[in-house]
Amino acid sequence: MATDPKDNTTLQLLHFTLQMADNALINGHRLSEWCGHGPVLEQDIALSNIALDHIGQARSLYQYAASICNGINSENRQHLFASTSLNQKISKGEMIDEDDLAYLRDAWDFRNVLLVEQPNTDWAFTVARSFYFDSFNFLFLSVLQNSSDSTIAAIAEKSLKEVNYHLRWSSEWIIRLGDGTTESHQRIQDALNDRWCFTGELFQATDADVAMNAQGVGVDISMIKQQWLEQIQSVLNEATLSLPTGVWMQEGGKQTRHSEHLGYLLAEMQFMQRAYPHMQW
Amino acid sequence: MVNEQDIYQALAAVSDPEVPVLSILDLGIVRQVSINENEVVITITPTYSGCPAMDVIATNIRMVLLSKGIKSIRIENQLSPAWTTDWMSFEGKKKLADYGIAPPTRKAKQSLGLFEEDMVPCPKCGSHNTEMTSAFGATACKSLYRCKSCLEPFEHFKCH
Repeated sequence: MATDPKDNTTLQLLHFTLQMADNALINGHRLSEWCGHGPVLEQDIALSNIALDHIGQARSLYQYAASICNGINSENRQHLFASTSLNQKISKGEMIDEDDLAYLRDAWDFRNVLLVEQPNTDWAFTVARSFYFDSFNFLFLSVLQNSSDSTIAAIAEKSLKEVNYHLRWSSEWIIRLGDGTTESHQRIQDALNDRWCFTGELFQATDADVAMNAQGVGVDISMIKQQWLEQIQSVLNEATLSLPTGVWMQEGGKQTRHSEHLGYLLAEMQFMQRAYPHMQW
Repeated sequence: MVNEQDIYQALAAVSDPEVPVLSILDLGIVRQVSINENEVVITITPTYSGCPAMDVIATNIRMVLLSKGIKSIRIENQLSPAWTTDWMSFEGKKKLADYGIAPPTRKAKQSLGLFEEDMVPCPKCGSHNTEMTSAFGATACKSLYRCKSCLEPFEHFKCH
């Protein structure tokens, strides 16, 4: 679409913001599925709290993404998304908001990593997914809080304080399960091995990552990979678990190619707004 | 014509809906009050990103100012610098303790290691022989503790 380099930078900023916002929303939604189903009350509350943090962070990011969209000239704005419902609204010249981005985009407009859309499966799989993502998120936000974009920096600074609790929670569970019974050890190791193939994508730079890193807005994600590995390794050591050895990595989410799980998740999450537009409760 | 002091006095009546003993001034979430020619601007900062109380607080600020005859009100959200319990007033911490919630015990700037825990005295019997049962409580700002001396469970307002 845009050939003007300034427009292109705006588009990359939008994509970069959506990558983060979608990670937060989808991860938050997945964790919220445990609400009312936790194994014990304290853990049910813990996951609901963590889910709420993610959804709160997603809101801040979507508000910013919506303001970026609304600032793009009306002709280019028509081509930002491939989702019919959202485009109908944009083509009418209406301004969009955080809810439109969450509820009116289809799976092929989402930019979250595949890791966060993977189903909860069981406690071990949920812990494994959170452990990989929280470890990444903590390091990513630690750098991002120095972003040259003041809105992004403020959201990162705020979120980091919350992600600190998330990382502690998932790391403690890795240790508890790994250094627990023979069965809990085996099941968390199996979950870690199974979800490992989704971790490569965390460190794969998209065009938006590259452009935003060059502007001082984003993060050089290749630089945090080593720290991530070391952090994961040290917790796994304490948990008497092994770092998975698989080398083949699945990718696509950041380029809007998703696993079938995202479609089902969105169908449930977006149903009300699609069936009853503008409904509030 | 209202002055800043009137506004702060009015805001002292707005409480945190989750922890009603605390006013929003005790919590330290009011960052700025400015009176312009035609409107009053209140800048607040959220405690936690997903705190559902923030929307209620914004509505209550409007209500209380309207009742003082101030009609033109703008509420701004400011994320940075991120809210910290270091901004909670001394009175606020005392009110929390009297209410049965253990207040933050240290400056949030001195952050804990990944697996370190805060030593929190029991708000009921004062014993230091307590343990954390969960870092997450009924609201984002609180964690759950148990006193091993008087055997009572209690909540702790996290150092954040």
